[in-house]
Amino acid sequence: MRLFIFIVSAALFMPLAAVAGNGSPRSAAESLVKSECGACHMVFPAALLPAASWQKIMATLDNHFGEDASLSPNPRAAIESYLTAHAGRGRIGSAEPPMRITELRWFRGEHRASEVSQLRKQRKLKTLADCTGCHRGAVRGYFEDD
Amino acid sequence: MRILLMITTAIALLGTTGAQAGPRAAQLGEFAAQAQAADAGFSGFSASRGETLFRARFAGGKPKTPSCTACHTVSPLKAGETRAGKSIQPMAVSVTPNRYMDPKKVAKWFRRNCKSVLGRECTAREKGDYLTFMMSQ
Repeated sequence: MRLFIFIVSAALFMPLAAVAGNGSPRSAAESLVKSECGACHMVFPAALLPAASWQKIMATLDNHFGEDASLSPNPRAAIESYLTAHAGRGRIGSAEPPMRITELRWFRGEHRASEVSQLRKQRKLKTLADCTGCHRGAVRGYFEDD
Repeated sequence: MRILLMITTAIALLGTTGAQAGPRAAQLGEFAAQAQAADAGFSGFSASRGETLFRARFAGGKPKTPSCTACHTVSPLKAGETRAGKSIQPMAVSVTPNRYMDPKKVAKWFRRNCKSVLGRECTAREKGDYLTFMMSQ
């Protein structure tokens, strides 16, 4: 009888275990960011852009760098809320919020063409926006492994 | 004891393929109803029409995505790649068995990608043909 209860419980809980995945707890908003934003590109750590940039990006999803990334209102709002809450807090300096991490001054300094172009060719990187091409810990915000 | 074994097996099987066919069939049923309403002569979906749609080149969409194959590659069995370098799971149900199970996700991607490739919404018939093709791969 005890064996029966154990087997039934295991069978019933297996789908739940699949959903929990790697075991680390994640807020609903963070999961949305991963599933919606991460469908097409690496999930950029929110701290890499200021809140004003994330707001602008989330307001123009129907033309998101040339793609239609439009979302229904609820997920859109939840994602924007998450990104602005975790955004970088440095001063922007210019009037227009930057749209591309790859155009930020510190980024260009770290990825000078002379240093990076050969590596890009070697690794056949489509775009500098694919950080994980060289930085395997990028999704966790870890870039010192290049 | 044997009865207990049968019951536990049945419960364990609930999570497997038997239950999975449901959402896809339901979506096809909806598309069929819509296709019928749009055209009285509609006589069912066709995997072959779906394949033609998949491989066709369209002029009305965005220049970088003239065809579904631009991102999904010419083989539904292989992984595709987004413009941003992210891998896309193969379209074929035989390789990616949980594909097309979420109607909202299916609707979202048809809405976005038909606009990018064809420059318009796909019709219900096109959507049904496309799914039928991918389910046959």
